[in-house]
Amino acid sequence: MTLSRADVLEILGLLDDAAFDELILRTDRWTLTLRREAGGWTQESAVTGRPVVAENAVGAAAAGVAPAEEAPGGEGQHDVRAPLPGTFYRAPKPGDPPFVELGARVAPQSVVGLIETMKLFTPVTAGAHGSVAEIVLGDGEFAHHRALLLRIEPDRS
Amino acid sequence: MSIHRLLVANRGEIAVRIIRTCRALGIETVLAASEADLDAVPARLADRTVCIGAPLAYLSVEKIVEAASSVGADALHPGYGFLAENSRLALACAAAGIIFVGPSAEQLDALGDKLEARGHALAAGVPVLPGGEVADHRSATALARELGWPVLVKAAAGGGGRGMKRVDGEPELAQALDIAIAEARGAFGDPRVYLEPLVTSGRHVEVQVLGDGARTIHLGDRDCSIQRRYQKLVEEAPAPALAPPLRDEMRRAAVALGDRLGYRGAGTVEFLVDVERGTFSFLEMNARIQVEHPVTEEVAGVDLVAEQIAVAEGRPLRIAQEDVVLTGHAIELRLNAEAWERDFRPSPGTITAAVFPVGERIRVDTHVQAGSEVPPFYDSLLAKLIVHGSDRTAALERAREALDLCRIEGVATNLGLHRLILRADEFERGGVDTTWLPRFLDEHRIVSISTPGGNGNG
Repeated sequence: MTLSRADVLEILGLLDDAAFDELILRTDRWTLTLRREAGGWTQESAVTGRPVVAENAVGAAAAGVAPAEEAPGGEGQHDVRAPLPGTFYRAPKPGDPPFVELGARVAPQSVVGLIETMKLFTPVTAGAHGSVAEIVLGDGEFAHHRALLLRIEPDRS
Repeated sequence: MSIHRLLVANRGEIAVRIIRTCRALGIETVLAASEADLDAVPARLADRTVCIGAPLAYLSVEKIVEAASSVGADALHPGYGFLAENSRLALACAAAGIIFVGPSAEQLDALGDKLEARGHALAAGVPVLPGGEVADHRSATALARELGWPVLVKAAAGGGGRGMKRVDGEPELAQALDIAIAEARGAFGDPRVYLEPLVTSGRHVEVQVLGDGARTIHLGDRDCSIQRRYQKLVEEAPAPALAPPLRDEMRRAAVALGDRLGYRGAGTVEFLVDVERGTFSFLEMNARIQVEHPVTEEVAGVDLVAEQIAVAEGRPLRIAQEDVVLTGHAIELRLNAEAWERDFRPSPGTITAAVFPVGERIRVDTHVQAGSEVPPFYDSLLAKLIVHGSDRTAALERAREALDLCRIEGVATNLGLHRLILRADEFERGGVDTTWLPRFLDEHRIVSISTPGGNGNG
């Protein structure tokens, strides 16, 4: 919003006495929509001007925006996927041994990693009885929502 | 020396907040933004943006100072979180000839070390919980017996709820101590820990101070007792239902601590109020602007960021204590991207609609608009809804009306939880302690339905 709060209140003061229920202001830098609703006025504002990014910038590509291609897994393997987007950690704390290594035996509730999203850690569970057949994502790498983290070779009964 | 070009070394709503004041003051802003934030609202608002790289580059002293130098900034505002209280950043700024908008490196060190801060509080005559540093099992056992169970083991380099462990009895103490020391060494590079008694029924009340290095004033108190896992959710100013002598004493204590330190900048002295005994004790002092600073701004009519900048320029305080007039009552609701009904699961994503109330005595500090990305790398704060009223009842009524006008779509939010809190009888009466919100959530069966996350790394 490039108008100050005081500016918006002044505009609102003009509108309040008028017979209008909506005002849309649009410039090449921003838009502001004021609406009279049952409980009072609301605003919806958008800064539309593009940022002026200094030349040493590396471009707008956020880390790992494009999900990586997935190689097909072995037949019957169980995919463990990220429950949330975030940073994937293979160990409980830096310096600790990983939750699981290749070949580790797991049960459905076995914790095989953590996803850090918005400063909160969500445990990732194996979801199947079996052994770890492949570790797809490395420690500290970014996981997209539903990104493939590991593959489990399920026990055959 | 007056500031002409300021580097905003932060993101989110506080970056927008700082840019807004700079614009009013005629100061040019350059935003340091990570790759994930290059197209966010703060970047669109700043006069210029410089990319500092990966999402967590906000934690790199080198990258931040390099960004400031590369654009010829004469000052740097660190906001809150990230490097805001990092003395290395303050020193690096000084070395590069850049004004750090914050206290001196020595003050940051003195307050960052919670044991040293305790010592300063004691020396300033501020009530401090009994307790102290413990180095081995024997001294810890002796001290814990003296304090009475349960006790808290705290890391000297921790703070804000980080590096704390509750111990209920002697059999647990040795192991808890070993773990706490190891964790403190791992997380903070400083193994020192100390013990304090655990106060089970406490309110979190804090006093806003402002200093110019020679003189400290206070701008009243705030209550931040509505919290969950040390995350504040609702704040208000002034703290409701406090006996006037207690309130006056806390404000005096905060100023005494600021004076002892020769504090320069905006700071917050946090106290734990023992509801049963009607006493208070020093917890820590935060050497930065706080998330909840707007409630103080609304009752005091002061722009705290502008005052931070003024004292950083080397000017004496422009406000005398007797000029501080606190009017009415202000309430802030933190609107977060979290699925509160699903164990507060974080909810990053793309905002598809962001509609906020507008009007007299309503303020919204936000960094989101339709189309904004909420990246998974940072905290979940989307907006702060701040209302002011002639008294607490009026402020509460306005908060309820204003909240009902908020509409945020595209990500899960905690708007529904705020609706419940604002209509809860105990909250309405005022003065609840920090155990209230978790109990309230339990009573409403807003409990874990998934495995609880969080391993203390955050």
